[in-house]
Amino acid sequence: MSTEARHNGIPATLADGILENTGVPVAKCYQCGKCSAGCPLAADMDYPPSLILRMLQTGDAGLEEKVLRSYTIWVCLTCETCIARCPMEIEIPKMMDYLRQESLRRGTTNPRARDIIRFHRSFLDSIKFTGRLYEMGLVVDYKARSLHLLQDVHLAPKMYLKGHLHILPELIKGLPLMRRIFSKTSRRGGEAAG
Amino acid sequence: MKLGFYPGCSLEGSAREYAESVIAVAGEAGVDLEQVPDWNCCGATAAHNMNRNLSLALPARILAKAEAAGMKEIVVPCAACYNRLSVTRHELLENESLRREISATIEYDLRCDAEILNVLQMLDRHVMPAIGDKIRVPFARRVACYYGCLLVRPHKILKFDRLEDPQSMDAIIRKIGGDPLDWAFKTECCGAGLSVSATPLVGKLSGRILDDASIRGAEAVIVACPMCHSNLDMRRPHCDKAMKKHYTMPVLYITQAIGLALGIDPKTLGLHRHMVPVKFEKHPADAASARPAPPDAVKEV
Amino acid sequence: MSRIGVFICHCGENIGATVDCERVARACAGIPGVVHSVDYKYMCSDPGQNMIKDAIRDHNLTGVVVGACSPRMHEPTFRRACEEAGLNPFLCEMANIREHCSWVHEKSEVTTEKAIDLVRVIVEKVRRNKPLFPIKVPVTKTALVLGGGIAGIQAALDIANAGHKVIMVERSPSIGGHMSQLSETFPTLDCSQCILTPRMVEVARHPNITLHTYSEIESLDGFIGNFKVKIRKKARSVDEKLCTGCGLCTQKCPTKKIPSEFDAGLGMRSAIYVPFPQAVPNKPVIDRLHCTFFLKGKCRLCEKVCPTQAIRFDQEDTIVEADIGAVVLATGFDIKHADFFPEYGYGAYKDVIDGLQFERLASASGPTLGEIRRPSDGRKPETVVFIACAGSRDPAKGIEYCSKICCMYTAKHAMLYRHKVHGGKAYIFYMDIRAGGKMYEEFVRRAIEEDGVRYVRGRVSRVYEREGKLIVQGADTLLGAQPVEIEADMVVLATAAVANDGAEELAQKMHVSYDAYKFFAEAHPKLKPVETNTAGIFLAGACQAPKDIPESVAQASGAAAKVSALFSQDELTREPVIAVVNRCAPPLYSTCVGCFLCQAACPYQAIEKEEIRARDGNLIKTVAKVNPGLCQGCGTCVAVCRTKAIDLQGFSNEQVFAEVMALLNRSEANAGI
Repeated sequence: MSTEARHNGIPATLADGILENTGVPVAKCYQCGKCSAGCPLAADMDYPPSLILRMLQTGDAGLEEKVLRSYTIWVCLTCETCIARCPMEIEIPKMMDYLRQESLRRGTTNPRARDIIRFHRSFLDSIKFTGRLYEMGLVVDYKARSLHLLQDVHLAPKMYLKGHLHILPELIKGLPLMRRIFSKTSRRGGEAAG
Repeated sequence: MKLGFYPGCSLEGSAREYAESVIAVAGEAGVDLEQVPDWNCCGATAAHNMNRNLSLALPARILAKAEAAGMKEIVVPCAACYNRLSVTRHELLENESLRREISATIEYDLRCDAEILNVLQMLDRHVMPAIGDKIRVPFARRVACYYGCLLVRPHKILKFDRLEDPQSMDAIIRKIGGDPLDWAFKTECCGAGLSVSATPLVGKLSGRILDDASIRGAEAVIVACPMCHSNLDMRRPHCDKAMKKHYTMPVLYITQAIGLALGIDPKTLGLHRHMVPVKFEKHPADAASARPAPPDAVKEV
Repeated sequence: MSRIGVFICHCGENIGATVDCERVARACAGIPGVVHSVDYKYMCSDPGQNMIKDAIRDHNLTGVVVGACSPRMHEPTFRRACEEAGLNPFLCEMANIREHCSWVHEKSEVTTEKAIDLVRVIVEKVRRNKPLFPIKVPVTKTALVLGGGIAGIQAALDIANAGHKVIMVERSPSIGGHMSQLSETFPTLDCSQCILTPRMVEVARHPNITLHTYSEIESLDGFIGNFKVKIRKKARSVDEKLCTGCGLCTQKCPTKKIPSEFDAGLGMRSAIYVPFPQAVPNKPVIDRLHCTFFLKGKCRLCEKVCPTQAIRFDQEDTIVEADIGAVVLATGFDIKHADFFPEYGYGAYKDVIDGLQFERLASASGPTLGEIRRPSDGRKPETVVFIACAGSRDPAKGIEYCSKICCMYTAKHAMLYRHKVHGGKAYIFYMDIRAGGKMYEEFVRRAIEEDGVRYVRGRVSRVYEREGKLIVQGADTLLGAQPVEIEADMVVLATAAVANDGAEELAQKMHVSYDAYKFFAEAHPKLKPVETNTAGIFLAGACQAPKDIPESVAQASGAAAKVSALFSQDELTREPVIAVVNRCAPPLYSTCVGCFLCQAACPYQAIEKEEIRARDGNLIKTVAKVNPGLCQGCGTCVAVCRTKAIDLQGFSNEQVFAEVMALLNRSEANAGI
């Protein structure tokens, strides 16, 4: 896929966008299926990794939309088993990161992935405001977002007793810089927390 | 000897016992761990899932803080943090324009010259040589050394141990008198960051790991990552549910196992903080003689 | 005074459309010494050639310059035309105004001027050309065949049957190669040994073939028709003349637990051994790395039981030298082993085996007498998984090519397994089925349709052992890349076919080129598939690229035909473009000072020493002399000679300087035209 395949400055296909932004060549995949064979969550995905690659290879807008609306891209754990064994050394995890961010940008996230995204947002918010992960705050924030109010409540007292939970957040000194980092990186097309 | 130390958020909270045992064991070897000043969260899975630049900038600030403090080796016990810091360092070293861009974002001109050590590398390089004659209570247990994904992958960047079937933790266990078993799930994923947001999947993935270890007669699973620990320990009920079995094997950090062998008080090592009680069904001597052990750690539910 | 004719070719549009050929011809007519200059549409055509011939006669030409295409194309054509007109062919040269000018430039004034320059340069050279005469060299009608596998055997038999002598050199103790290890062969399922062993015996008995087994090449020097080879015959520790091959020694040898190379490590052999019962020659070898006597200085049991006293513990390697005229390289291939695959257990699982090991299991002469049994516990495997493309087509593992033979032998393996283990389940994980060959596709269909082999399209991510079973994690890409997990008893990896160990060193010894994977390189992928870049050295079989038996045999016969054609002549004609030591200086002996820097620099060992003596027999001095048979005309000696005593015929220093000067004086010359 070359840069000629652009339309009004925008990559013509999702595969072109992946190549341009991450350097991952979707066209290299010869569909051996080794990634899907080794993926610990392939059975829980709507499309196993090699199928995602195949869909992207077609350049078909309908299939690309399906990819961006898939549960796969959110349930992918980035465990890197696929790339460890891929004969063509296609960096699928890098591609997945791009697909997630593209899915967020286009607002086409999979409904089943809502909790995962909410958790990520709560996580990033937590570090944006305190510099470090404030686990209690993260859990409370996530519950508020996801409305899973009762999830894991039985764990909290146990965790507290065992010294796992701080009640108050720890704030780092460099918070103003942290805020600047968040705002600078979100300006560059990434998803800002919150 | 002084080494830089990046504990990461988990080691301050849900994995306090990991930090406690790392510091205790390093102390025995005369290694002083000095925290990276005013460190921040590495961004973990959330950052690289949601925002690539943020996922590089957050670890970059940590590296900057360590560099500014003149640290040459930074010990990063959390496998996830180790992975994020190593990958960021690699990407910035490979790509000069990216390094400049991220340096601008974090307002510090990064050199990326500090070496990042995971816990096994620290133990191998700085701790094990110093404690050879200090083993008081050999850790004579048949254990499954579980490495997880983040310690060994991506292999091309981390260049740590073997791609499949790594051996470095097994070697350490042998040195403290333990019996690491040959098993199949050393580097399978535990579910990592989906612990809260997709718990049933974590139950399945971690359950498979526990199952393979227990079938082969492991008395304990040894880990080097707080996420692996919480999924195998705190999420044990979900594992049991997914596999329709009840596993009683405790999950220990490698530093806790070494601490026990050095005769350090279990409380100092934070063993009481685990959800699955650290109890062994057999006396160490029996365990060592009775191999291959029957899968008695498993009871059908 | 030279009388040179210049002939400018339009090559149709090729030159004519870009270069003003008429102007070139006109301009060249003005060069001093040029007496005739014309242009024509196609100089290489018959009328074109006749123009040259006529001009030579009519104008009494002493030299011819054809401004046309590359000399690689038509130099022989024009030189022959000159010869026919009575002019020494080496007085004819070409100026390349096509590849060097019209093809690489736009049509313009300067393009035409460049063409004029190119012709003028050659005119200056031709002015200084001297008549040369081709060199005749004799041909030694003995071929060296390196490698005693099926390709080497075929090539040797074909050459020997054509009436020429053959020396066959094989590295291992017996000829037969990989084919002797195979059970049955696709697509006909005939027994490999049954069809191979008659050929092996024929090699041993053939009056024209001299066989050196357990031998390697030490060095090869010389050139086509006149090579010299040194063969190292490794110490067998057995006197081959006395040994009758009775086998008593191998039976009595106390060291019996050495993994057998022939059985791919699945069977055991003794320290003194014959690789397999049908070995040729049927004479044992002592493996000195394992023999108790060589390790501990005691034992000598074989010596005691040998009825003919043929054991020779003190035997040493010997070097055999021979003159040969041509070489056939047929050194074959190797395969990767299970330890190459981290994801399939680093070779730690005994029941994960490679294709050659399965051949030994399926072979009636193998360690299980042809029964399929697991190496770990000897049980019959109820489920066997075959993994195709293990390492092949895998850039991450450094092997990008298709190994070509695996699709077919894997189908055969699964078929044999289904024949031998009734009710057994055979799965083949594959990416593509490449069955291009006579009766090949039909063979694969038979495996699927008649023998019930289950093909699953997908690659296996991982194999691990659990409770005596091998868990195979694959995917079925035809079912949407659904994960497939199979509990197998045995896994057979169709591992990549790779170049032999030592292929690189051998290629360097033989002066042949090789590719990135260390397979020997053919001279042209389509039109010279059995030749190498070195004249007189030919290729046969899988040392060039992975090949199956029919292809190896076909290529071997091809190489043999090339050798036979070469041996059909008594003499070879070579171009006289060779170095000569200048002997013209008075008093009739060389200007050479005898420093012999040239001798050290010559890559072809073509520089000899010559003693120059006075009439009374007193030595005046020792000088360099070029052996015209060995010299390849590379010019290295000319460059290193401090006294400028050596020159290259046809490319003398004088000529080259004249060419350069013609270019440097361009402005003056062009101004004069």
